[in-house]
Order: sequence, then structure tokens, then C-alpha cells
Amino acid sequence: MSTQTIAQNKAISIKKKKSQITKRYSIWRGLSLPAFVLILWQLLSSLDLLSVQLFSSPLLIVTRFIELVQSGEMAKHLQISLIRAFLGFAIGGFLGLLIGVIVGMNKRAEEYLNPSIQMLRTVPLLVITPLFIMWLGFGELSKILLIALGAFFPLYLQTFLGIRNVDKKLYDVAQILEYSRIEQITKLMIPASLPNILLGIRLALSAAWMCLVVAELLGADRGVGFMIQDARSFMQTDTVFVGIIIFALAGKISDSIVRFLENRLLKWQDSFKA
Amino acid sequence: MVSTVTINRVRKSFNSDNESIKVLEDFNLSVKYGEFMTIIGPSGCGKSTLLKLIAGLDLDFEGEIMIADKAVNGPSKDRGFIFQEHRLFPWLNVEKNISGNLSLKDPEIRSKVDHLISLVKLKGFEKAYPRQLSGGMSQRVAIARALLRNPEVLLLDEPFGALDAFTRNHLQEALLEIWEENQTTMMLVTHDIDEAIFLSSKVVVMDAKPGRIKGIVPIDLPYPRTRISKAFQEYRTVILKLLDHHVNETEDWSI
Repeated sequence: MSTQTIAQNKAISIKKKKSQITKRYSIWRGLSLPAFVLILWQLLSSLDLLSVQLFSSPLLIVTRFIELVQSGEMAKHLQISLIRAFLGFAIGGFLGLLIGVIVGMNKRAEEYLNPSIQMLRTVPLLVITPLFIMWLGFGELSKILLIALGAFFPLYLQTFLGIRNVDKKLYDVAQILEYSRIEQITKLMIPASLPNILLGIRLALSAAWMCLVVAELLGADRGVGFMIQDARSFMQTDTVFVGIIIFALAGKISDSIVRFLENRLLKWQDSFKA
Repeated sequence: MVSTVTINRVRKSFNSDNESIKVLEDFNLSVKYGEFMTIIGPSGCGKSTLLKLIAGLDLDFEGEIMIADKAVNGPSKDRGFIFQEHRLFPWLNVEKNISGNLSLKDPEIRSKVDHLISLVKLKGFEKAYPRQLSGGMSQRVAIARALLRNPEVLLLDEPFGALDAFTRNHLQEALLEIWEENQTTMMLVTHDIDEAIFLSSKVVVMDAKPGRIKGIVPIDLPYPRTRISKAFQEYRTVILKLLDHHVNETEDWSI
């Protein structure tokens, strides 16, 4: 090994150690704001400066959470919510990807389909929800379709954009190398659009969670959203907060999963990383 | 020897709004099998356009372009193309960029890829990604990628233009080695006279507006060539004179 390589390796290992240390600290930095809020909240509640009826307190919320887990209620509600969310996301996301690819690759398809999709996109889902319930009842179908609709648009848009942003220079190469149409899609368009598609997935996931909340708040008899609505009508603020925190955590965890995917799948990118 | 590339009475214009700019007018050229031809000319003479027409990347022209007696009707791996930018797929490593849509699991492909990687002197970098490679290394990957498909003719459009002088010299030598081993017909477009004389057996000098052939200079030097030999410099003078009408024959430019 030349001395240059040894020096380079040393530099790389120093950089790695630094980034590992920074990563550890960055977790603490991320937690510092929520931790601060929690401590302040508990303090104000214990000192009776904040009404327990209206705002509950971190301790009460944790206690309630433990009760719910022990009684099995948490599992029951969480399970049905997660199933709805993922089914809806899978259906809507897949369709969004598929139609995004079709419209991205085909000018004619864009001319026929895109205007209608854009019009549909701007209709507030809150308005569509009662319509779905009216057509499809209070059952699972209306909720899953609603979530699917929410997940569809971000993925459709990002896939479409991603494909249209593929560098024509790379397309020339694929033509010269005689890539078949399918190969053009799977081996050029999709890998090149992956940054956009992953963003679309992240946005679709958060849209799915939001639609889940709306669907469960407006017409459900099970699920975390229902649990919140039910508790609200009985002024059980701590349960409401448990529900809210569950939603927040679910959103954060799914976002982290996407980030993890991004780190693995987008290793090749040569972009600014602050 | 059979003519590999035949260009017959080719005419091409670029149309924009009301203007029509004639880029190539009654262009005729034929390239023999295994020949290394360079096309040199001033900016805008249509040399890059000509190459793209031969590659089939542009089908909007009049006249005939035949590769081994088959008319060109689209891009194909028969006409490998090296662009000025490497155009590697950033999400693939070196060996996957070379194999592209061909499977590395096929033992024949695998051994060809390995051979090409040594040929372009990139052994050890099979798993590297384009962002980790220098410009010269990326171009070498592009060349290997084109050669894997055994093209009838390799078209190179100012392939070393974006590289520094040292890398350019190395890659020119590498290209000659590849040519000697593979005997692939080569058509290279450049604006660098030294590159043209160093590499090719025939230099086509083009003139601009409209693009046409000013002269063809066969280079009758044995390989490997030295850029400082007297013969080399004489060819340089010949080509310079062809390129620039204003060079005065009687002026003595020696230092």
C-alpha cells in the first residue's frame, strides 16, 4: 500500500469517527426541544397554572397510555388503524406510481389524463370524505379508499416529475445501447427518478396518516382516530393526547423508514449534504 | 476493403422560426473497415452534427447514410458513441455501467467486461461509483461500455475535450491500444490538430457554412507516433493551412 493510500485511509477513518460522534449528538439535539416542552408542560400542570381538564399533563398521559395498553384497547385500535393506513397507502401509492410512469413516458397519456388528475387533486379531502361515506358506507372500504386517494396524488406528481426530469443525455445512451421499452422504464427512468419517488413516498405517507385521521374522526367505530373522538366527547383529555402522540410517533417512524431507504438507495448521489 | 460507413450526398439544415441554416451540403465520405478517421474543423462546421446523423440520433436529413450496406434508421449498438460528457448512469457502479442492460451473471458477459476493464486500465475500480471517478476514468468507462457491444464503428465526439492535457494524452494512447487490439473502425471528431495527427490514419478537414470537406489528409506515419518528429510537424503545417486560409506560405514561423 502506498503511503498516500495509508494517509487517505486515516483521513477517512477520522471522518467516520467524527460523523458517528456527531450522529449521537444529533439525536440528543433532536430530542431537546420536545423534552423541554414536556418538562415545561408538567411543571405548569403540577403548579396548577394549566388546567388539567383542558390540557392534561405528561404524567397523566403516560399513566393513561399504560392503562390502555394493559387493557388491550391500545392494541385493538392501533392494529386497525395501521392496517387501514398501509392498505390505503399501498393501493394509492402503487396507482400513483403506475399512472405517473404512464403519463411521464407518454405525451398523449399526459394530455388525456393530467388535467383531470390536477383538478381532482385540489379538491379538499375533507369535502370528499362525507361523499365516500355516503357512497360506500361506514365500513373499511370507504376509509381505505379515502386514504388511497390521499396517497395517490403526491406519488403521481413526483413520479411524473421525476421521469420528465431524466436527463435526455442518458436517454440517448439507452437508445444507443438498444434498451427495450421495459428496460428504459425499469433501468433508466425509475432509478433516475428515485430521489423524486422517495420524496413522493414520504409525502404520500404523511397524506395517508392525515386521511386516516379524517376518516376515523368522521365515521368509525374503531381505530386511533375513533379513540380520540370518543374520548373527546367524554372530556378525557389524556386519552386524546395519547391518540395524538400515537399519530405523531407513527408519522415520525414512517418518515424515518423512508429516510433509511433514501440513505441506502441514494448512496450514489453527489449532492450537497450540509 | 469493404467500406463500413458510406455517406452519400447528405444535406442537413437546422430550421428555427423563419430561418433555415444549412449545416451540411452535398456531403460525401466513406470510411474503410478498421480505419481510424478523424474529422477536424472550426466551430459550427457541422462535424458533431454529422456524427450524430451517422449514429442515428438525428434522422432529419436528406441523402443516404449506410453502415455496412444497411441504411441508418435509428440509434443502435452497432454504432457505439462516446460523447464529450461521460454520460454514465450515476446510480450504477463501473462494472454495471459497462454491462448496462446485459447481465453480469452471464459468464460470457462477465469475462468480456473483465477484459474491457483491464483494457481501459480500470482494474480495481469495478465497484466504484461515477461520483468517485475522475473525468478521465469516467470516459474510459464510457469507452468500455461502447466496446462491450462490439460496434461496427465507434463514433467519438470530442471525447477528450473536457479533460486536461495530461489525461488527454493518456487517453489518446489508450484509445490507440484499444484500436490496435480490437481493430474497430473509429471516427473521431476533434478540434485538436495534434490529436488528429497522433491518432488517425486519415484526417478529414472540414470547412464551415455550409459544412463540407475542404481536404482529406492521409497520415502515413507508423505507430506509435511521436508528436515532436519532423514528419508530424509537417503534417501539422499541411492541416493548418487547410484549416486557415489566411496562413501565408512565405512567412517563417520558426523560433
